Amino acid sequence: MSWILAHRYLVLRRLSQAGILLLFWLGAHMHLGWLTGNLSSSRVFRTVPLSDPYAALQVLASGHLISSTVLIGAAVVVLFYWFVGGRSFCSWVCPVNPVADLGRVIKRRFHPHGQLAVAREARYGFMLLGLVLSAVLGVAAFEWISPVSMLHREIIFGAGLGLLVIPWILALDVLVLRHGWCGSLCPLGAFYALIGRASLLRPAFAAERCDHCGDCVRVCPEPQVLHFDRIAAAGFVGGGECTNCARCIEVCPQEVFSFNVRPIRAGDEPATTEI
Amino acid sequence: MSDSGFSRREFLAGAFRGRNLALAGTGGAVWAQLVEGQRGPILRRRPPGARAEPEFLATCTKCGQCVEACPYDTLELATAGQESLGTPSFEPRKIPCHMCPDVPCVAACPSGSLVPDTAIEDARMGLAVLSDQETCLAFQGLRCEVCYRACPLIGQAIQLEFRPQERTGKHAFFLPVVNSNACTGCGMCEHSCVLEEAAIKVLPRDLAQGKLGSNYRFGWEEEPTISRDFGPSDAVQPEAWQDNTSKVLDALDELEETTTP
Repeated sequence: MSWILAHRYLVLRRLSQAGILLLFWLGAHMHLGWLTGNLSSSRVFRTVPLSDPYAALQVLASGHLISSTVLIGAAVVVLFYWFVGGRSFCSWVCPVNPVADLGRVIKRRFHPHGQLAVAREARYGFMLLGLVLSAVLGVAAFEWISPVSMLHREIIFGAGLGLLVIPWILALDVLVLRHGWCGSLCPLGAFYALIGRASLLRPAFAAERCDHCGDCVRVCPEPQVLHFDRIAAAGFVGGGECTNCARCIEVCPQEVFSFNVRPIRAGDEPATTEI
Repeated sequence: MSDSGFSRREFLAGAFRGRNLALAGTGGAVWAQLVEGQRGPILRRRPPGARAEPEFLATCTKCGQCVEACPYDTLELATAGQESLGTPSFEPRKIPCHMCPDVPCVAACPSGSLVPDTAIEDARMGLAVLSDQETCLAFQGLRCEVCYRACPLIGQAIQLEFRPQERTGKHAFFLPVVNSNACTGCGMCEHSCVLEEAAIKVLPRDLAQGKLGSNYRFGWEEEPTISRDFGPSDAVQPEAWQDNTSKVLDALDELEETTTP
């Protein structure tokens, strides 16, 4: 019981990830209309359209118009993640996240050496590269190779070779890349990080309670967002790269972190009710 | 934002360092190769109303909503290892398109890759081709016509052509002939073909269809008519034919009367 309490957000995230997959799966196979389609484009209750905004941008970059349905769907998604934190997608929705987390567990146990350190900022480069390649190749370049959509699609529409994405990403994360797929390559994560720079829901940080034990930094998949001076000054974990995974919240013995709504303008008081 | 890990200027300055450019170049080349490698020969039978292949490939979001909307489970998304990963297509020999009048797959498509409000008779999923006369039963002089009867546009997309059977001297061939102006490529014919391997197959239109050059102009279709040589002859009109026949018979009778002593 105490384990569940100490990992309450982790449990919630796994439930969220599995639940979303399950709803999509039921939509595809049992004609349950709560969620139909997949992460690229879908409908909620067969009406509200949702669309991957980065995919929509790639289609535009490839020189093709996108339909109003996809445009509205992408706008809904951008607005949603502007509220709940851009990379909340990464830790609450994306099917690659459990794979990446497993990779981190393996890594922590075996401490592999000699990995390639690709800068975390490289992902923004790959995000731009995806748009450039879309323009050059005339198709949505990342959508054609995305392990994220491939894995999601294969789980929902029948398990084919695409499930090989799982061992591939594990191998990449454990053996090759120091920060892993999610930490330095994923263009989709980079896109959501850009939205996340301005988004509202964030872990608030009560600097006066912090005893600098470093537990949060050890557990955080993007520890650069926990730069003490910066978050102490802002009172919030800023930066788009925070995935709102809430591991810091549940791991901290001092209860320094808590979800709260970040003030839109600097200097405004944060909302008084904590979430 | 000042509280983010880096500034735009730092990012831009960093991006153009040699090592990063090399990384982007290598990554970009591998990436482009992975995309181009999937294009392959396009041998896919696309859902009804699919736009021309290049536009279809560019706009399809691979969401699978057409697949889910199909009540016959006809459509499938291409899995890893197949060309144009994630896009929908179907194999008529497994499950053909049943040509639903309300076209639910098109209605479900969010991206317009399946052109909205496509009427199912206007769909061009492919083109049926009787690709092997040596195995088609009809061409052996046997009565089959299964593809003809299975065709949802019977008598339009597949017509029967009758030809005398010279081997026996008293039978006829009933030969299925596809009309590319009417065939939707639904694949009912391929699906129903009784052979072990279908002699009639739906091929992608790009592959199967000819194109008449604009230099060809049919005289009998021009206005005013340029030539009547190949136009519909009065003689084949039934009434005219009967008229002519009776005239010939009358003439023969007259001839007989005058020549008999």
